[in-house]
Amino acid sequence: MKNFLISLLAVLFGLLAGALLMAITGHNPLEGFSYLLEGGLKNPERIGNTLATATPLILTGLSVAFAFRTGLFNIGAAGQMLIGGFCATAVGLSFDMARPLLLLVMVLVGMLGGALWALIPGILKAKFNVHEVVSTIMMNWIAYWTIYYVVPAYFKGEFLETESRRLPETATLKWKLLSDIFGGSYINLGLIIALVFVFIVGFIINKTTLGYELKAVGYNRHAAEYAGIAVNRGIILSMLISGGLAGLAGVVQYAGNASSIQIGILPSQGYDGIAVALLGANTPIGVMLSAVFFGLLYSGRGFMSAMTDIPPEISDSIIAIVIYFAATSILIERLLRRFKKPLSEKSKDPAGGKKVQS
Amino acid sequence: MENVVEMINIRKEFPGVVANDNITLTLRKGEIHALLGENGAGKSTLMSILFGMYQPDRGLIKINGKETKISNPNVANDLGIGMVHQHFKLVDIFTVTENIILGSEPRKMGILDVKKAAKRIEELSKHYGLNVDPYAKIQDISVGMQQRVEILKMLYRNADVLIFDEPTAVLTPQEIEELMKIMKNLISEGKSIILITHKLKEIKAVADRCTVIRRGKLIGTVDVATTSEETMAEMMVGRQVSFKVNKYESRPGEVILRLDNVSVKSNRKHMGLKNFSLEVRAGEIVGIAGVEGNGQTELVEAITGLRGIESGDIYFKGEKINHLSIRKRIENGIGHIPEDRQKRGLVLDYSLEENVILEVYNRKPFSSRGLLNRAAIRNYASKIIESFDVRSGQGAISIARSLSGGNQQKLIIGREIELDPSLLIAVQPTRGLDVGSIEYIHRRLVEHRDKGKAVLLISLELDEIMNLADRIAVVNNGELVGVLDSSEATENKIGLMMAGVKRMEEGK
Repeated sequence: MKNFLISLLAVLFGLLAGALLMAITGHNPLEGFSYLLEGGLKNPERIGNTLATATPLILTGLSVAFAFRTGLFNIGAAGQMLIGGFCATAVGLSFDMARPLLLLVMVLVGMLGGALWALIPGILKAKFNVHEVVSTIMMNWIAYWTIYYVVPAYFKGEFLETESRRLPETATLKWKLLSDIFGGSYINLGLIIALVFVFIVGFIINKTTLGYELKAVGYNRHAAEYAGIAVNRGIILSMLISGGLAGLAGVVQYAGNASSIQIGILPSQGYDGIAVALLGANTPIGVMLSAVFFGLLYSGRGFMSAMTDIPPEISDSIIAIVIYFAATSILIERLLRRFKKPLSEKSKDPAGGKKVQS
Repeated sequence: MENVVEMINIRKEFPGVVANDNITLTLRKGEIHALLGENGAGKSTLMSILFGMYQPDRGLIKINGKETKISNPNVANDLGIGMVHQHFKLVDIFTVTENIILGSEPRKMGILDVKKAAKRIEELSKHYGLNVDPYAKIQDISVGMQQRVEILKMLYRNADVLIFDEPTAVLTPQEIEELMKIMKNLISEGKSIILITHKLKEIKAVADRCTVIRRGKLIGTVDVATTSEETMAEMMVGRQVSFKVNKYESRPGEVILRLDNVSVKSNRKHMGLKNFSLEVRAGEIVGIAGVEGNGQTELVEAITGLRGIESGDIYFKGEKINHLSIRKRIENGIGHIPEDRQKRGLVLDYSLEENVILEVYNRKPFSSRGLLNRAAIRNYASKIIESFDVRSGQGAISIARSLSGGNQQKLIIGREIELDPSLLIAVQPTRGLDVGSIEYIHRRLVEHRDKGKAVLLISLELDEIMNLADRIAVVNNGELVGVLDSSEATENKIGLMMAGVKRMEEGK
């Protein structure tokens, strides 16, 4: 509850700062925000696109949040996502199967790819105490250059050297019914998958012995070790799951929102996942909400800059400021306490008086 | 005599607890006033209010007879109130002087004037007999000396009222004696001292008056000279306390734990435990006596599996366990009350109920098929919390971090005893606890023995070992010096052995 309030305030401050920026640069903030909102929510299609934009963010957010809950800072979601997306694309381009089976295999292979990409930093951390921040960043670049080589070499597109062949419609997560409901938006099955995983991750973290173990390792590995929990196994497992989620983000991005994979790009959703997790206070529901908020800003900014001459960078700035406030949540907490104090003092006194008399 | 501090009818509530309920405390000029209470009785809260870290819900504070509102520690500083915290707040790589002036650096034309400060610190140090080198680095001086730096910090800021928060918890016996002398020096120079403690011996040694609080309520203020330790203990705990543990002769049964020539490396990579052999039988308490760092940690970690052994064999219930995993050892019946409760014993950000199942979460009824059973866990936790009198704000769902140290310790001990282990390893089980808790924990350990279980007690407090153990093994420099029967053990004998002097009949 407190975390929710803090995130909400962070968002509020971010929007206020954005308004201030618009005003300073000589634009009307109300106008700007109304176009920003319209761009994300004006009609079913735009709502669908907002949700589709949020989909990979939900998954990378879950990836980072899950690792974080177990004491690991996985900033390699971008690389894991790229590899996951690539593995799924490779399967989709190479095999011809019944569609449900093909999609299932693509999802599984994508998760596996991301998981393996995170496994290496996990093992390095567990066996040699190599800090995961360093090794996951390095893995990002290994992923980047692997794709850079493999895609043109084996899956070169018909027209462009810099991207893969397009996946046939049946080998993507596109779903006509859903798309039609949202007025032809590029929303796809990925959203359903992401929502299912919000539930699954929440379940693992809160209800299972696995979640209990991993959180114990994250909070205090000495105590976990003392209690006989296999700490190294926990670290590796946690990285595997985190990487799997990021890999899945790659599947929904490259075989859902898009239908080909580009070289020379580390997907920004990987890094945004950190911000999403932070704003979502590392809880699955929080991650979902904050991903949708990010999706809204991302999909609304184009419309805003088309309809006004407010530069689209304003919405990036808003995101940056929101992250800043979410990261410095301690400041907001302090602020909250200051606001709360006079209230609670007033309400406490008479109650305290009564207790003494009784 | 004039009062320098008067705290009148102070009340402070936290969610779920009344930490201070109508407490009144007056400090006279030039006295040492002890504030006595069990862990979690509300001593620290009361002093935090005086130091401006908390605001009282009700009541008023008078300093030198004038009503004052202390809204933050800076105000307290300006009023001449200084606090020596239990955990020092010093920068390791700074010198004594740099630490002391931190926050009020003297300047000469905008440039830091360390020399002037150092000179003043030297004078203060000499005046109060503190004997501190102003240019020494914190990391190079002893804990006792660091504490004096904290005291100097207060004096440098012209504090007249000094609050000592359990100052002896971290000191060796010699350092404690010196601290007592320093405190007496301070009052003879006109300072006034509030001493927060639960050690009756120390109160008897230095304090003039003593205010006792229990569960947030004021029990009374007594004159130390005319009040016995027993009376004060009774006031603090609310019932009669025995300092002596009542127990029958032990009836040792089969051998539960056998160490055969075990050698273990220490963190510094040399042998911390050398060719160590020992037997612990069912139904007896074996105490390990020794000065800190003489192989105790290595011994405990080798038995529990936290550290590998270099050579030798460890047998548990007749079975060799050299390479058994930690979990397997726990499942086979080795319980462990760890030395460092916050590092090893608890996941501080977990609730009490989550901590209670730390070793058994994967067993029925706490989980089945990988799913936790919250109801069973809650039940189990409530049982331990109740039977071990763990006091917390919100019961089983309180976060472990929010508990006082003593209550954290009781939770760990409850958890381990509830496992009903065949061998209970208790390392410093009563460190930092008040007499009431100590008495209680000692009784539970003896009870565990009387159930026919083996107990291995490692303690740095000789009194505790002599009181509890049926046999006493003395270690020095990682070697077993000898094993004494409690009937033949005297403080003198053990003391000599702790220093490495072997028994006559074993002499070379």
